[in-house]
Amino acid sequence: MSRAPGERAQARAAWVFLAPALLLITTFFFLPVVTGLALSLTDFDLYSIGHPDNIRMVGTANYRALAQAPMFWSALKNTLYFAFVGAPLSVLAALAAALLVNSRLTKWKGFFRTAYFAPFVTTLVAVAIVWKYLYHPRFGLLDAALGAAGVHAIDWLGNPMWAMPAIIVVAVWRSFGYNMLIFIAGLQRIPHELREAAELDGAGLWARLRHVTLPQLTPTFVFVGVITAIGFFQLFAEPYVMTGGGPLNSTLSMVLYMYQEGFRWWRLGSAASIAFVLFALVLVVTILQLLWRREET
Amino acid sequence: MAVRIAPIAMIFTACNARAPTDGVVIDFWGMGREGEVAQQMMPEFEAEHPGVHVHVQQIPWTAAHEKLLTAYVGHVSPDVAQLGNTWVPEYVALGAIVPLDSLIKRTPSITANDYFEGIWATNVLGDTVFGIPWYVDTRLLFYRKDLLAQAGFPAPPTTWAQWIAALKAIKSRDEPGQYPIYIPTNEWPPPTILALESGSPILKDGGRYGAFDDSAFKTAFHFYLSLFQNGLAPKLGINEVGNIYQEFERGTYAMWITGPWNIGEFRRRTPADFQDKWATAPMPGPTGAASGVSLAGGSSLVIYKASRHPREAWELIEYLSRPEQQLRFYDLTGDLPARIETWRDTSLANDPAAHAFEEQLHRVVPTPQVPEWELIATRIFDYGEEAIRGGVPADTALARLDTEVNNILERRRWLLDRPHRHEGR
Amino acid sequence: MKRHRAALIALHVALGLAALGTLFPLLWMVSGSLMATGEANSFPPRLFPAHPTLSHYAALFTRLNVGRYFLNSVIVAGGATVISLLLNSMAGYALAKLHFKGRAQLFRVLVAGLVIPAQVAMLPLFLVLQAMGLVNTYVGAMIPAMATIFGIFLIRQYAMGIPDDLLGAARMDGASEFRIYWSIVMPVIKPILATMALFTFLSTWNDFLWPLVALTDDAKYTLPVALAGLAGEHVQDTELMLAGSVVTVVPVLLAFIALQRFYVEGITAGSVKQ
Repeated sequence: MSRAPGERAQARAAWVFLAPALLLITTFFFLPVVTGLALSLTDFDLYSIGHPDNIRMVGTANYRALAQAPMFWSALKNTLYFAFVGAPLSVLAALAAALLVNSRLTKWKGFFRTAYFAPFVTTLVAVAIVWKYLYHPRFGLLDAALGAAGVHAIDWLGNPMWAMPAIIVVAVWRSFGYNMLIFIAGLQRIPHELREAAELDGAGLWARLRHVTLPQLTPTFVFVGVITAIGFFQLFAEPYVMTGGGPLNSTLSMVLYMYQEGFRWWRLGSAASIAFVLFALVLVVTILQLLWRREET
Repeated sequence: MAVRIAPIAMIFTACNARAPTDGVVIDFWGMGREGEVAQQMMPEFEAEHPGVHVHVQQIPWTAAHEKLLTAYVGHVSPDVAQLGNTWVPEYVALGAIVPLDSLIKRTPSITANDYFEGIWATNVLGDTVFGIPWYVDTRLLFYRKDLLAQAGFPAPPTTWAQWIAALKAIKSRDEPGQYPIYIPTNEWPPPTILALESGSPILKDGGRYGAFDDSAFKTAFHFYLSLFQNGLAPKLGINEVGNIYQEFERGTYAMWITGPWNIGEFRRRTPADFQDKWATAPMPGPTGAASGVSLAGGSSLVIYKASRHPREAWELIEYLSRPEQQLRFYDLTGDLPARIETWRDTSLANDPAAHAFEEQLHRVVPTPQVPEWELIATRIFDYGEEAIRGGVPADTALARLDTEVNNILERRRWLLDRPHRHEGR
Repeated sequence: MKRHRAALIALHVALGLAALGTLFPLLWMVSGSLMATGEANSFPPRLFPAHPTLSHYAALFTRLNVGRYFLNSVIVAGGATVISLLLNSMAGYALAKLHFKGRAQLFRVLVAGLVIPAQVAMLPLFLVLQAMGLVNTYVGAMIPAMATIFGIFLIRQYAMGIPDDLLGAARMDGASEFRIYWSIVMPVIKPILATMALFTFLSTWNDFLWPLVALTDDAKYTLPVALAGLAGEHVQDTELMLAGSVVTVVPVLLAFIALQRFYVEGITAGSVKQ
C-alpha cells in the first residue's frame, strides 16, 4: 500500500523532529537503565575500573547479598516508613489546605496558595540546611518553642527514634503545596449541581464534605497519594544533608544507600542491584494503582 | 536561529575555558583546613620555581573520599594530592599513583629515617613507596588531670587494668549525666585501636579474611563494650554531644580519645584558667606502656600517574617536606609534622601537650593496607553500635561483622589467588 | 449572619496561621542570614537580628566564591532549559500532530519510561559519561535535562489541541513541515512552552544528586552541590550557611512568583489528564 507523497513527507519530518530527543533519551536514559541491569549482575567495583578483565558475571549474587545485608533491610524499612507515613500526611495536609483555600468565603486566595506552595519550589539542600538548624537541640527554635511550653528538649536529628519523623515533617512541609494545587483542581471539577442539591437537602458543611466532596475526590486522593509515595521512595537529599543516614542508620534511605555503595565504596554491581530493587518497588505501587483505577471504572 | 545559538555557544566556550598557558600549572588538591592553608604556602614555592604556578583546590573532608574517587574515574585528577594515608592502598589498586622510590633515591633531603617508622610504613605496599608523609595523626587520651588526681591517680594509667580502675574511681563521684570517658559510638578509631593493642591484625591471610572471630579481637571488643555496659562511657554518637569542650570543662567527661587538632581547639575554646586542668597521655595498653599502640594516621602527598608535570610535582612535595615548611605548616594548622627533626623545634619540644603525641608516634601501627579498608572501618563501628545501642549480643555482632567483611573481601581473594595475576595488591 | 462572620474569621485565622507556619522556616532563613556571627546560635534563640548585617553575603561572594557557583547554576539550568525547549517541543509536536507508522507504540513506550526512577539510570549514566569524556563538564551536568519524557508528554498533550485545519491549510500553501512547526505551532503552544521551560529551569536549578555525581571540580559546582559542601565544613557558621541558602533559593522563588500562572496551570493540566 503506497502512501501519498504528503504523508511520506510528514513521516520523514516526524522522524527528523523526534530524532534529537529520542537519541538523547535512548543514549542517556534507556541505555543506562539496561546497562544498570547488566551491571547488577556483575561484581563491578574499584578493582574493575581500568581493568575490564576483572569483571565477573555473578548472576543474582548481588541481590542475594542484599537480602543478607542488615543495612539493606534498614534502608528498605526506612524508605517504606517514610513513604507510607509521609505520603498520607502530605495528602491530608494538602486536602485540608485545598478545602480552606477553595472555600467560597476565602479572600486573598492567590496569596495563600502562593504561600503554601512556596516551599515546593525551594532548593531541597538549602531548606534542609535551614531545618537542620531549626532542629538543633540547644539553639534551634523548635526546641525553644517546646521549652516555652514546658516540654523537655528533644535532640531531633540525634535521636534514632525521632530523626525520621523529623525528616518526614520537612518532606510534608515541602510537598503539601503541590498536592494542594491538584486537590483544588479536583475540587473545582466537582459539579455544582451535586453541591447545590446537597445544600437544598439541608446537608451541613460536614455532611456535604462526607457525602459529596470526598467521594468525588477519591480518584484524585489515590492519584496524589501514589505519586507522592513514589516521589518519597526517592528520598535522598534530606538524609544526606541533615543526618548522613544516621543516627544508627535510622534515616538511611534506599537512594542514600545506593549512593554510598556506588560512589563511596565503588561497589557498582551492588549499587545497581539496589537501584533495581527500588525500581521494582515503584513498579509494584504503580501497577497496584492502575489495577485499582481499572476496578473503579 | 541566531538568538538560540548564542547561549549554546556560550556554554561550550565556558566548558573550554582554560587557565593562562604561560609556564607550568600544577594542580594540588588538599582537604579541609589543610587545603585552605596550602594556598598560603605556595607563593614561596612559586618564587623559587619561576614559571610554575600551583593551583590549589580545597575539598571538604566530609565528601573527600567519594570526590577523589569519582574525580579519578571521571579522568579528572590533579598532579599532586593530599591523601589520607589509609586511602593509599585504594589508589595503588587503581593504578592511579606513581611509585616514588627512584625519586626518593635522587633526593637526599627525603629518606625513610627522617620519618616515624609506623607512619612511613603506611605508604609502603609490597616494597614500593607510594606517598611521602605530610603530617601525622594519631589518637590518644585527652584527660582531666585534676579529676584524675582527685580520684587517687596522680599519673595517667598505662595499663588497661589501671585504666579501668581510674575510670571507676572517677565514676564513684556518682553524678547523673556524667561519664568518666566519652567515646562516640560511631567512630572506628577507638575499637580499632583497642584491637591493635590486643595484637589483633584485624584482617588475616594477607588481608583475605576478617580476624574478628579470633581471640585478640574478641578480647578488645568485649573490653570496648564493657566501657559502655558499665556506665563508664555514654551511649552517644559524634553529633549527639552539644559542645564537647564545654562538657569537658564542666567535668561531664573526664577522658576523651581524640587527635592532635584538639590541642589547638581546647586552647581556643576553653578559658585560660582551664588550661592547666587538661593534659594528654599515650594510650594505655593491655599489658603496659609498650603495648599501648595507636593508629598510624595522617596524610601523605602523592603524585598521580596522569600528571603531565611529574618533575614539578615532586619538587612541590620536596618543598612541603622541608623541616622549615613542616614547622610552618604546624604553626598554621596545628597538624603534627611528619618529619622527626621538626619536633626538636622549641614550639613543639616545649609544648607539654605534644610530648604524649611524640611518644605515641613511636608506637603506631598501620591499619590493614587493603583498598577496602575505609568500608571495613565503617562496618566495625556499625556493628559496634548495634552491640552498644541496638541490643545485639557482642558475639553475634562480631560474627555478623566477620561474615560481612569476608563477603566484602571475596573480590580481593579472587584477584589475589588467580593464577593470572593483575594489580590486585 | 453572625455564624457567617464567625466562620469567616475562623477560616482566615486558620489560613493565616498555616501560612505563617509554612513560611516561617523561609522567613527565619532570611532573618538569620542578616544576623551577626554567632547570634543565630545564641541561647535563648533569637528571631530577629539586633543589627542586620550583609557581611555574610559579602563573605560568600568574595572568600567563598559563591558568585562562581551561581553562574554555574545559571549556565547549567539555562542551557538545559533552552535545549529542552527545542528538543521536547519538536518531539512533542511530532507525536501529537504528524502521522507516521508506529506513533502510538512509540508514545506508549515513552510513557512507560516515566515509571522508571531517575536514580536507576544514574550510576551507569556516570559510566557512559566517563567513556565519553564528559565527566565534570557543563554538558554532562545538563544531559539528563536536555530532553525528558515528561517534557515531551506535556507538550504532546497540549499540542493535541491544535486545530488540524490550521496545519492542513499551511501544507496546502506549500509550507515545509519545519516551517509549519517553527512559524505556526511554536507561537500557538507558547503557554505550555512557558510552563515546560519553568519546570525544567526549576528542577535543574534545584537538582542535587546528579550534579553531585557528575561535577568533580569545585570550579564547576552548581549552588546546591557547593552549598552541601560548605555545610559540611562550616556547620558552626549558621548565619553564613543561611545566607548561602538564601542565595540559592531566592532566584527560583522569584522566578516562580513572577511566572506562577504557568507553573500552576501546568500542574493542574497534567493532573487532569490522569
